[in-house]
Amino acid sequence: MPSGKILSVTNLTVSFDGFKALDSLDFFVQENELRVVIGPNGAGKTTLLDLICGKTKPTSGSIEFKGQELTGMIDYQITRAGIGRKFQTPSIYQDLTVYDNLEISFPEKRSVYGSLFFKSTPEISDKINVVAQQIFLADQLLTKAGMLSHGQKQWLEIGLCLMQDPELLLLDEPVAGMSAREREQTADLLMDVSKGRSLVLIEHDMAFVEKIAHTVTVLHQGKLLAEGSMQAVQDDERVIDVYLGG
Amino acid sequence: MTNHVVSGAAGNGQVGRRAALANFIDRSGLVILAILILVVLPAFLSMFRLGLAAKYLSFAFPAVGIVLIWGYGGILSLGQAAFFGLGSYMMAMFLKLEGAANPNSSSGTELATFFGTKGLPDFMAWNSVESLPWWWEPFHYAWFTIPAILIIPPLVAFAIGYVNFKKRVSGVYFAIVTLAISAIMMIVIIGNQGLTGGVNGINDFKTFMGMDLDSDRAKMVMYFITAILLLLAVMMGTFILRSRAGRVLVAIRDLEDRSRFSGYDPAMFKAFIFAVAALFSSIGGAMFSIQWGLASPALVGIVPSIEMVIYAAVGGRLSLIGAVYGAFLVGYAKTVFSENFVEYWIYFIGGLFIVIVMFLPKGLAGLVENLRGDGGRQ
Repeated sequence: MPSGKILSVTNLTVSFDGFKALDSLDFFVQENELRVVIGPNGAGKTTLLDLICGKTKPTSGSIEFKGQELTGMIDYQITRAGIGRKFQTPSIYQDLTVYDNLEISFPEKRSVYGSLFFKSTPEISDKINVVAQQIFLADQLLTKAGMLSHGQKQWLEIGLCLMQDPELLLLDEPVAGMSAREREQTADLLMDVSKGRSLVLIEHDMAFVEKIAHTVTVLHQGKLLAEGSMQAVQDDERVIDVYLGG
Repeated sequence: MTNHVVSGAAGNGQVGRRAALANFIDRSGLVILAILILVVLPAFLSMFRLGLAAKYLSFAFPAVGIVLIWGYGGILSLGQAAFFGLGSYMMAMFLKLEGAANPNSSSGTELATFFGTKGLPDFMAWNSVESLPWWWEPFHYAWFTIPAILIIPPLVAFAIGYVNFKKRVSGVYFAIVTLAISAIMMIVIIGNQGLTGGVNGINDFKTFMGMDLDSDRAKMVMYFITAILLLLAVMMGTFILRSRAGRVLVAIRDLEDRSRFSGYDPAMFKAFIFAVAALFSSIGGAMFSIQWGLASPALVGIVPSIEMVIYAAVGGRLSLIGAVYGAFLVGYAKTVFSENFVEYWIYFIGGLFIVIVMFLPKGLAGLVENLRGDGGRQ
């Protein structure tokens, strides 16, 4: 399945007032890979995603996406290059309907001029319907996003990313606050979504991780602690010490 | 665009009479407004009262712009009077120079010829300014003045807006930046009496492109031009809000950070809508100068900027059409109050703002919504 690197993070360091949230990290993701990043609080997981998508600027190091250096690019340019981001707390447009949330995420006509004269097409509304079906919100298209339940908001944000058709999708705790049933649905959704693109996922729920991960990366204090299959990582002494607990 | 119509119409199960009325007002708002200002007011108002109405309509332009930037863009600007002033002063400069060539104006008498100040605005002569400053020169020409009114204020607004929004200056901080713009503009005008007319402003215009501004016919023509331009501004605003750009603005207002990761450059959208609001303000200022015969520093500073925000708040900050009624009602109230209780006007307008914010957060437009009884739809 893996067929070459889509993302190469090398020697990446970011310090906030002298505190190194990430310390000379190397991190590679293959095409079509579903990678899960785990680690204790403060390990630098969210910071890593923030750096990749341009929300935070690195102190030093390099992030290459399909051979393109991202560190000098602005957040929305990185998005347009094909990286989607789902945040930890559901970030959706409360005052717009589910339909409009999905529609403005369609990756076309994103300039002022383009958006003024944007006309929806049958292909776009088809795509919106397909995505809405995927994220279990097909019957909520006209609901204001602010009225959705917490789990539905999480799904909608995944939907916003799917509309963008990113080649690399970064997800920060997508099942946080979900019921057991919703977690299951989300696991299926993510496995479905991962076909034809790469996913990097932060998660604490080990049962969930076990179900979906190809490879697991363990971060600790801004450094790589271990990397490998779920089984290998679970058996790793150091990982048990700092994270999984004895 | 079509989807919005669908989402608006859907979900109204039983349509009561009040809801039907609300829907009628919603759908026909622009037509009702057009009939009011194009037919009803000219038919029933005396020439004097129509002149007052023209003044209120001039102030409706910045109010409509404030709905766009504040209501939909989430940007509170206390600088709209500065853009109003730019339009107002540019038009006044043109009118003044035209007047200076007119023997009946105070700048164009034989006395002026005698003193060698012919062709110079009267206030310059009084201030011993001997030749016209270079930046006044192009305002001899309508072909320069009118495009300048339409282009310069939006360009200035775009530049200021983009630089600030790119640096992520927003909220209260941006409001303070715009407040400073208003203050600076007023101080510069007052401080350069010889070049700008100072605290007296620029007044005493006679003609506009040869048309006698004191004639009833000219007043009528200017009133209708103002009314039609205002309707066009409301239509342009409606077009923007119904386009995808309108939804993007709401998205940015909601969650600016997320919009970046939907691939949008929020600074560009915010600067754009700020420029549109500046355009509207400038047109309003220009029409004010022609009809009221005055460009004044009192209409450029912080207080008029705040008054303009109040027009929009009274009308409903999410309603372009509401802003016109807001400007009209507050303007009318101001006339009545300042005629009778001059010193209390400022307290009245402050009180009005508090009452609106507390009891009618959606302004007059909120009353229409209450008719429908759902309160939730914008």
